Amino acid sequence: MAITVKVLRRPVSETSYLRATLKGMALTFSHIFRKKVTMQYPEEKGTDDWALSSRWRGTHRMLTDEQGRAKCVACGLCPQICPANCIKLVPGEDEQGNRYPLIYEIDEFRCVFCGYCQEVCPEEAIHVGVHYENAEYERDRFVYDLERLCAQTHPVSTLWDPSDPKGE
Amino acid sequence: MTFFLIASIVKLFVVFNVIMVGVALITWFERRVCAWMQDRLGPNRVGPFGLLQPAADGLKNMLKEETYPATADRWLFILAPVISFVPALLTFAVIPFGAPLPTKWGEVPLVVADLPVGFLYILAISSLGVYGIVLAGWSSNNKYALLGGLRASAQMISYEIAMGMSTVAVLLLMGNVTLSDIVAKQQGSIFLWNVFPLALAYFIFTVAAFAETNRVPFDLPEAEGELVAGYHTEYSSMKFSMFIIAEYSNMVTASALMATLFFGGWDIPFTAWDNAAPWSVLKTVATALAFLAKTGFFIFVYIWVRWTLPRFRYDQLMALGWKVLLPLALVYLTVIATAIWYLHDQLGWIYDTRFALTLFAVNMALAIPLFLVLDRGRLVSGSVERRSA
Repeated sequence: MAITVKVLRRPVSETSYLRATLKGMALTFSHIFRKKVTMQYPEEKGTDDWALSSRWRGTHRMLTDEQGRAKCVACGLCPQICPANCIKLVPGEDEQGNRYPLIYEIDEFRCVFCGYCQEVCPEEAIHVGVHYENAEYERDRFVYDLERLCAQTHPVSTLWDPSDPKGE
Repeated sequence: MTFFLIASIVKLFVVFNVIMVGVALITWFERRVCAWMQDRLGPNRVGPFGLLQPAADGLKNMLKEETYPATADRWLFILAPVISFVPALLTFAVIPFGAPLPTKWGEVPLVVADLPVGFLYILAISSLGVYGIVLAGWSSNNKYALLGGLRASAQMISYEIAMGMSTVAVLLLMGNVTLSDIVAKQQGSIFLWNVFPLALAYFIFTVAAFAETNRVPFDLPEAEGELVAGYHTEYSSMKFSMFIIAEYSNMVTASALMATLFFGGWDIPFTAWDNAAPWSVLKTVATALAFLAKTGFFIFVYIWVRWTLPRFRYDQLMALGWKVLLPLALVYLTVIATAIWYLHDQLGWIYDTRFALTLFAVNMALAIPLFLVLDRGRLVSGSVERRSA
C-alpha cells in the first residue's frame, strides 16, 4: 500500500525554486565574511562573551595555611557526605593533639563534582576548583593525593549561594 | 616524433600532479569554505592556514585498516575504486589549458592530447565513471551500497542525456568538436564566450554537471541520511579515499569543461594580446592562470551550492531530469538551431559579436518565461498529492 503523504499546497507565487536557491546562495555567501564564532581553544580559553563561571565545580584543591600545611583537620565530614564515596581519609594526631590527615586521597574518576565536600568543610580546606584540563597518561594519576591537592593553584569555586542565587 | 613523445610525457606528468595536488587542495578549500559559511574557521592547524591538512588526511587514510566484507566480490571490490578514479582523470586529457608554449624544438600545445574528436571523447569517458560507482555498490554485497550504486546509475544516465543535449547547442554554434577549436572560436570578444549566445545551454549543462559529479543537491548515491554512506559504505582506508579523489577530480574536470565550453577556455577577457602568435612563455603562463582562475571559480560554485542546498528526493531528481531538463534541452536545441540557421543561412551573417548578441537576446526571451513561469512550483515540486484511500 502506498504511503499517503499530506501535502500543503502553497500559492504558486511562493514556490519558485530558482529564486529560493539564489536567495540561499546569497545568504551562505554573506556568511563567508561574517565574524567567526570559533574559539581557538588551546590559545584562547575564553572570549568576551564566554568565560568559565566562577561557580564551576572542577577538580579539587586543598588550601594550605601560612606554613604550607594543609588546612584539613581530618574531621571526616567530607568522606561522610561524599555521595560518590571518592574521598579516602586516614586521620592522624600530633603531640599537641592536633588532628591532621595522614592520607587524604580523592579519586577524581569516582567524583561526581557535587561540591558537597567544599560546602561541608568547617575549615574551608577542601574546595572544588574552577578548572577543566585534567588529561593524564595513566588512570592512577586521577587519584589525587594530599600533596597534589595542595599543589593545585587554580581558583576555587564559589559554589551556589542560596542568598545570592544569581551570583551577583 | 621523439619531441612529441617527450612533450606528451612531460605534459602527462605535470597535469597528473597538478590535478592530484589540486584535488588535495580542493578538499582543504571545501572544508574551509564550508566552515566560513557556517561562521566557523575550518581546518587551520596543520601547516600555514591548514594547507597541509590534506597531507595529514592522506597519511591517515593510508595507515587505516583495509577491510573486506566477508561476502564481497573481492576482485570487483578492489577494482571499483580504480574504475571510478581513472575516467575522472582521463577526461582532463583533451582539455586545453593554455596558449601553446614555444620551446627551442617547437611549439607545445598545452593540452595532453589534442584529439580531433575532443568533445565526443569526453562524453564517452565521463559516462564510464558510473561503472566504478555501480560496481562498488554491487560488489560490496550490502543493501545500502547497492541502493547507492543503483541510484548512481539511474541518475548519471538520466542527466547524461540532458548534458549531451545542452552541449549539442555548443557544437552547432562552433561547428566543431575539437576543444582547442572551440576555445579559439570564443576568443574574439567576451561576448563570443558561449555563455552569452548559449546562456540556457550553460544553465542546463551546469545542472547536469552537478548531477554527473554526484554533488549536492544531486548526491543521492551517497545520501548519508538514508543510505549510511551509499556506494562506498563498505570501503575503508585508501580505497575509500580513491572515491573521494575521483569525486573531486570529476569536479575539476567538470569545472574545466564549463570554462572551456562556455567561458572561453584559457582566453583572457578584454584583450586580444593572448590570442595570437607569436607565442611566448609569458602568454602561456598568463593564459594558464586565466584558465586556472575560471576553473577555480566553478569549483567554488560547486562548494558554494553544496553548502547551500538540501538534497533532492529521488523522485524529484528523476522528475527534474526527465520532465524538465530533457524537454527543455530539446526545445532549446530546436530554437537555437532555427536561430542559427536563420541568422547564418538566411541573413548571411558571419559569426561575430552581433551574431552572438542576437542569440543572447533569443536566450533571454526564452529565459524570462522559463524562470518566471515554469519555475513556479513545476521545476521541483513537493511530493505528489495523494488522497488516502
